[in-house]
Amino acid sequence: MAAAATTMSSHAQARKLSALKPGEVGVIERLRGRGYIVQRLYEMGLLEGHRVEMVRHAPFGGPVEICICDYHLSLRRDEADLVEIT
Amino acid sequence: MSFAHTPQVALVGNPNTGKTTLFNALTGLRHKVGNYPGVTVERKVGALQAGEFQTELVDLPGIYSLAAHSPDEMVAVDTIAWAHEFTQRPADLLLVILDASNLRRNLYLYSQLLEARRPIVVALTMLDVAESTGVKVDVDKLRERLRVPVVPVHAKKGVGIQELKDTIGQHLAHIAAQGHEAHLPPAHTVHTDAVYDALAQLGESFEAAGAPAPPDFVRLRMILDEDSYLLHMVDDATAQAVRPTIASLRKLLSAQRALPAIEAHARYTWITDLLAGVVEKPEKRVETHSDRIDDIITHRVWGAVIFVLIMTAIFQAIFTWSTPLMDFIETGLPMMLGDKVRASMAPGALSSLLADGIIGGVGGVLVFVPQIFVLFLFIAILEDCGYMARAAVLVDKLMSKIGLSGTSFIPMLSGFACAIPAIMSAQTIADKKDRMATILVIPLMSCSARLPIYVLLISAFVPATYVAGFLSLQSLVLMGMYAIGLVVAIPVAFLLKRTVLKGPSPTFVMELPSYKWPDPKTVLLSAWGQAKAFLVNAGTVILAVSIVVWALAYFPRSEDRNLEFETARQEVLAQNLSEEAEEEALHEVNAAEEAANINASFLAQMGKAVEPVFSPLGWDWKLSMSVLASFPAREIIIATLGTIYSVGSDADEESEGLRHALQQSTHPDGSPVFTIPVALSVMVFFALCMQCFATLAIMKKVTGTWKWPAFAFFYMTVLAYIGALLTSRIGSLFL
Repeated sequence: MAAAATTMSSHAQARKLSALKPGEVGVIERLRGRGYIVQRLYEMGLLEGHRVEMVRHAPFGGPVEICICDYHLSLRRDEADLVEIT
Repeated sequence: MSFAHTPQVALVGNPNTGKTTLFNALTGLRHKVGNYPGVTVERKVGALQAGEFQTELVDLPGIYSLAAHSPDEMVAVDTIAWAHEFTQRPADLLLVILDASNLRRNLYLYSQLLEARRPIVVALTMLDVAESTGVKVDVDKLRERLRVPVVPVHAKKGVGIQELKDTIGQHLAHIAAQGHEAHLPPAHTVHTDAVYDALAQLGESFEAAGAPAPPDFVRLRMILDEDSYLLHMVDDATAQAVRPTIASLRKLLSAQRALPAIEAHARYTWITDLLAGVVEKPEKRVETHSDRIDDIITHRVWGAVIFVLIMTAIFQAIFTWSTPLMDFIETGLPMMLGDKVRASMAPGALSSLLADGIIGGVGGVLVFVPQIFVLFLFIAILEDCGYMARAAVLVDKLMSKIGLSGTSFIPMLSGFACAIPAIMSAQTIADKKDRMATILVIPLMSCSARLPIYVLLISAFVPATYVAGFLSLQSLVLMGMYAIGLVVAIPVAFLLKRTVLKGPSPTFVMELPSYKWPDPKTVLLSAWGQAKAFLVNAGTVILAVSIVVWALAYFPRSEDRNLEFETARQEVLAQNLSEEAEEEALHEVNAAEEAANINASFLAQMGKAVEPVFSPLGWDWKLSMSVLASFPAREIIIATLGTIYSVGSDADEESEGLRHALQQSTHPDGSPVFTIPVALSVMVFFALCMQCFATLAIMKKVTGTWKWPAFAFFYMTVLAYIGALLTSRIGSLFL
């Protein structure tokens, strides 16, 4: 029971996009920050309610590759962390 | 009604949608590349015969959105429908590319284009890619929903091209008959009333300031895009007047949601409705061949290994393929022509100008065109097949350590071909400081104009042996020369980003397109375009400098000296020697004459004046002058060396080429000028030095001031001298 409850609460809690494991799918909860970079993320299809799949993490802490709107996008972890998912 | 001018069709679309391939398929070889006035954005225009109309097809930069954060987007907005600064009138027709495998995101730009209120024809590309990912697109339904002509095309195979041309022709005929207004795509009202109210208010604000209000879609961008370039396009007084309105409208609109979220949600909601029933996707993402390739290419070990292998293969190919050409340059064309001129003309200034100045100078440079073409070919292939984006991902972490991002890597790699297109492609970097830092280190990348001097000196002075049995030592040294620029660029960028260009760590967001086989036509045209630019340069700047250098090396001639050697020749002839001995004696006199002439020349006087500066490097005056003369364009060095050494060489003797002449050249004390350390120091100097007026000019254009090009010139010249000094000194300890 306790384990199930923990899982439930962690599901409801927003986490950062870069925390997704390869192959895992999340739904975008919100985008933090402002300015050019957030606008670009929105334009590229990273918006609230959309599904995003983690494809792979680049070696040595490099950018992460995600799949959104049928295409692959590579973004640095700092940018990925602007995106919160559930 | 008909067109009062050549109808203009603007080709608009996202990057990686096959835009260039389609442009080439539609226009064939008939296109011109230029610049938009005042900005360094490439303007590519081709002739397109569409039905009865001879039209101009303008290839706009590939963009994801009309949000104008970089010069590219600013030009696109203007050409599409504003016609405020970069074009005379709005495009008569927008040819919009939609990538079938990625319709959602492609329709984002499309929905912005709808607001520009111009007639639209859609070219639907990548249907085969969509199919391979299990995505089904109902083209008829899409056409029905968009209510514009939609033509599926496969440009590489030529499928749909004729139909697309016919469709454009028919559409233009309708427009000619009934006007643009009658053939607009259906209006879509995706925004909230608040947004439309804001548009109207900004319009009024423009009119109150006594200026014509820009079209709706431009005003929308002015409101929604913070730091928009578009506001810089209206005059300062008007911009000043409307700024408060924009600020209050932004505040009003963003009360509920962030500005960019408002637009994105409005458009993507429209797209979702539009695509319902049009696109059928598999439940789970299908693993494509691109995914499988990426498992290896972006692997932590294999990715790095493949990266190094690809780079090594390129340099090996350039050097191996260049050998027959090197042989040709020495025994072939320039010498043959030079000898012909000498044989058929009376000796004197004109014959010397043609044979030594022009053929010896420009000819030597021309022969490097094939190698330069090969280098550009490799870069074009890597770009077209999709590898470049992966390379950017691989190096992003490294680049972030020096304060840049993987985005800067692609312009830097293009810098290995030529700094000018590289600086132009850096224009897509959104952050000003990152863009500037990238532009300042691009000239350190060993461009193709440095290749001739590397090839010449390496083939003359580095032994043609093999390391580990298969790696040619010569090509390893060549790779080393290319590596130097890169290695030096690291601390330079690091320092720049921490001092004069201090700013936050740059962002990195890059689409990874599906891998595809490079399109031969696209790749060849791109490589040829770059090689042609090099040729044009050879025909103008290099020709001019060659003539100046020749004149400085030829003059002044003195009558007394002529007479003296003529007397010596007569004396030889009077001796009644055997034919062989006589020839040898004459040869000696001639060589002495040439040596006397060049030692008395203006060039020698200048060279001897600057010699103290370069003598710490072990360079003689001829080499020093050659290097100085090549500051306008570094590839001139070949021409200058050719000119100086052919003026100084005996015209009657069968010449064994520049390589031989360099090997034979000596200091006054008889020791050879070109020891291996000296040859290496010359190469290092060239690797690091800013010897290119064209690059300085484009830097001025991009940055708007001479401050940055002057800075680049200064820091690179200092680096070059120090680098050459260290190479020469340290090298002579070991070699």
